[in-house]
Amino acid sequence: MTTLTEPPKETFRLSMLIYDTRYRSLTIQVVALIGFLVLIGWLINNTMTNLETLGKEPNFRFLWEPAGYDINQRLLDYTSQSPHIRAAVIGVLNTLVIAVMGCITATIIGVIVGVLRLSKNWIVSRLMAVYVETFRNVPVLLWIVFTMAILIETLPAPRAFRGDNATASMLLDNSVAITNRGVYIPEPLFSRGLGDIPVFWGTFEISLDLMAVIAVLIAGFYASKRIRMRADSIQEATGERPTVWYQRIAAVVVPLGVLLYALGFYLGYPELKGFNFTGGTYLRNSLIALWLALSLYTAAFIAEIVRAGILAVSHGQTEAAAALGIRPNRIMRLVVLPQAMRVIIPPLISNYLNLTKNSSLAIAVGYMDITGTLMGITLNQTGRELETVLLGMLIYLTISLSISTVMNWYNNRLKLVER
Amino acid sequence: MKKSVFLGALTVAGIAAGGASAGTLDDVVARGTLNCGVTTGLVGFAAPDANGVWDGFDVGICRAVAAAVLGDSQAVEFIPTTGKTRFTALASGEIDMLARNTTWTFSRDVDLKFEFVGVNYYDGQGFMVPAELGVTSAKDLDGATVCIQTGTTTELNLADFFRANGISYEPVPIETNAEAQQQYLAGACDVYTTDASGLAATRATFEDPGAHVVLPEIISKEPLGPLVRHGDNEWGDVVRWTLNALISAEELGVTSANIGEMSMEAGNNPEINRLLGTEGNLGEMLGLSADWAKNAIAAGGNYGELFEGNIGENTPVGLSRGLNAQWTDGGLLYTPPFR
Ligand SMILES: N[C@@H](CCC(=O)N[C@@H](CS)C(=O)NCC(=O)O)C(=O)O
Repeated sequence: MTTLTEPPKETFRLSMLIYDTRYRSLTIQVVALIGFLVLIGWLINNTMTNLETLGKEPNFRFLWEPAGYDINQRLLDYTSQSPHIRAAVIGVLNTLVIAVMGCITATIIGVIVGVLRLSKNWIVSRLMAVYVETFRNVPVLLWIVFTMAILIETLPAPRAFRGDNATASMLLDNSVAITNRGVYIPEPLFSRGLGDIPVFWGTFEISLDLMAVIAVLIAGFYASKRIRMRADSIQEATGERPTVWYQRIAAVVVPLGVLLYALGFYLGYPELKGFNFTGGTYLRNSLIALWLALSLYTAAFIAEIVRAGILAVSHGQTEAAAALGIRPNRIMRLVVLPQAMRVIIPPLISNYLNLTKNSSLAIAVGYMDITGTLMGITLNQTGRELETVLLGMLIYLTISLSISTVMNWYNNRLKLVER
Repeated sequence: MKKSVFLGALTVAGIAAGGASAGTLDDVVARGTLNCGVTTGLVGFAAPDANGVWDGFDVGICRAVAAAVLGDSQAVEFIPTTGKTRFTALASGEIDMLARNTTWTFSRDVDLKFEFVGVNYYDGQGFMVPAELGVTSAKDLDGATVCIQTGTTTELNLADFFRANGISYEPVPIETNAEAQQQYLAGACDVYTTDASGLAATRATFEDPGAHVVLPEIISKEPLGPLVRHGDNEWGDVVRWTLNALISAEELGVTSANIGEMSMEAGNNPEINRLLGTEGNLGEMLGLSADWAKNAIAAGGNYGELFEGNIGENTPVGLSRGLNAQWTDGGLLYTPPFR
C-alpha cells in the first residue's frame, strides 16, 4: 500500500525486480507460477506423447461397451451385458451406501464413546480409552481384513443349516439367518404394490411404493411438527402445555399404517434353497466387514473429537446449569453438547471425508465399490488406466466436496446461534 | 493393490517413453537382472519355497530367459503380481516380461497392446466343488456362490457361461489365489473357478484334496503364455525363441543331463547344432551369445523336464501332459524350426 502513496522518484530498472523489496515477492511469485505451469504442461504433454507411442490415446468410448462381468451387490438393474459406465454407477452407489452407513454408525458410536470416556466411573472411562487407542493405532486395512476373516471363519456356512442334524439354525422365529456369507433379514414386500416407473429414458427405475412411503412419512412428520408448534404457542399463551405426544405419534404412524395396509405390506423371509438362502434382504459379509471396520475405526477418532469438544466448554456452564437444578443427563444434552458442537463439527467433517476415502479399501474384502468396478475390473479388462483413474478421482472429489458442502452448511447454521 | 494401480497409471504416463520402444534387451543387460512378473503364489507354477527361492513352471521360463540373456539363471528379480496389477506392471516397464498363467486373448494382444510370445500351457477354465455337495455338473450350479479372481478372463467366461445356460450365481470377487482358497475352504463360497491347472495346483495344497472334485466341464480355451510389451520386437523375439528352444529341446531329445556333452562339439543333427550354437550364428542374430539356448536349457531343463519337475504326474499337482504333449505325441506343442 505504501508504494501508492510514495511519489515515484526513480525510473524503473529491470534489476529492481530482484533487488527492490517492493517487487521482489511479486517476481518470485510470477516465476514460481510460470515454473509450475511449465511443469504441468510438460507432464500433460509427456503423458499424451507417451500414450500415443503406446498406441493408447485417451478416449472414453470404452465406457459404452459391454462390461462383461457380473457384480454381486447392485442397487440398480445390471447384467454382464450392461456397459462399463453402468458398472461404474453401480460402484458409485455402493461407495455411497458404505459411506452413509459408515458415517452414521461412526457418529453414533463416536459420540457415545466420547461422552463415556469422560465418565466419572473409572472402569467405563478406562474401557473407552482402550477402545480408542486400539482402533486408532492399527491401520484400517488390517481391521477390514481382520473383521472379514472373523466373519468367514467363525460363522456357519449356509450348508450347516441344512438337513436333520443341522449344526446352525435361524434366529428370531426363523426370520434371520447369520452365515459366513452374510446376514439375511426379512424384506418388506407389497402384495398390491404400485410397481416401478422408469426415469431418465429407462436407465433406471424408481419404486412407486417407496416414494409413497417416503411422501406419507414426510407429511406425517410435518403434521407432527405443526402439532408441537401449536402446543408451544398454547404453552406460551396460557403457561400450560397440553399433552400432545400421543397425537404426534399418531400423526406419523396412522397414515403410514393405512398406506402399508392398502399396499398389502408383508415381510418376505429368507429361506434355504439349494446352495444359498433366497428371499429376504441379503447383507453380504463384504458389506458388513467393511461397514463394521470403517465405523469402529472412524468412531475412535470421532470419540476423541467429541471429548475435546466437551472439554472445550467451560466448566462454569456445567456448574451454572447444576445450580439451576438441572439433572446431569440433561446438562449434557441441553447445555454442554450444543455448545461443544461448534468445536466438534469442523474436525468431524474431515473424519467423514476420511471414512469415505478409506472405503476405497473395499476390494480387500471384495466389496464392489467404485474402486472395485471402474478402477478395478473395468481398468483391467480395458487397459484404460489413465481414463478410469481420472474418472475415479473425479468421482471421489465430487463425493468429498458434496459432503463438505453439506456439513459446512450445517456448521454455519449452528454458528448462527452464537451470541 | 490400490497403490500399485495408481502408481502404475502414473508411471505409464511418466516413464512409458523409456519402456515402450527402447531396447528392453539392452536395459536387462545393463541392469544385470531380469525383472519377471509372476503370480503371488501358485504352487507348481510360481511360489517361493521354504528358503524364499522362487520355483515353478512359470518361474522356469523366467530363469531360462535370464540364462539366455545374462548367462545366469539366478539373475532374476521376481515380482509378484495379482490378476489386476499384472498388466499395469508390464505396461509401465516395472517388469520386462510376465509369466503368470496369463491367457492369450484378442483384446489383450490388440487393445491392451501386449505381445504374447507363445503358449507354455494349453488350459481351460474349470470348477472345483466340495465332494460332499454331490454336484456332478457345472449346469447344476444354479444359485451357487462362486469365488473368482478379479481382473481375469475367468470372470468374463463365468458371466458368459451362466448367462448362456440361463442360471444364476453370486460372484465373490477376490484378489489372490490364497484368499480365494481361504474363502472356499471356509465355505464362504460353494465353488472355486479358475484355470483347470490352477485348480489342480490349489487342490494339491489342501489338507484333504480328495474331499474336492473338479467338475467335468471345461468352459473356455485358456492358452497361457509369457508376454512382453508391444513395440519392442527384438525383446519379443528373445523371449519367444527362448520358449521355443525349451520346447524344441524336448522334441530333439536335448536334456539338462546330456546338454553339456551335446554342446561340446557339433554332432550329426544340424538342427541341434544350430540350436546349441555349435553351427551357424542364431545367437548373434538375436543379439545374444552363441550358447544362449544351451544356457536356457541348462537352467532348468527342457520343456518336458520343467513340466515333469513342477506340475507333472509325479508331483503333488499331478497334471498329465494332455494337450501339452509334443505334436509327435499327439499334443499341440509344435515350434517353428531353428534355421
Ligand atoms: N488365465 C486367466 C486367469 C489367471 C489367474 O488369475 N490364475 C490364477 C489361478 S490359475 C493365479 O495364477 N493365481 C495366482 C495369484 O493369486 O497370484 C487370465 O489370464 O486371466
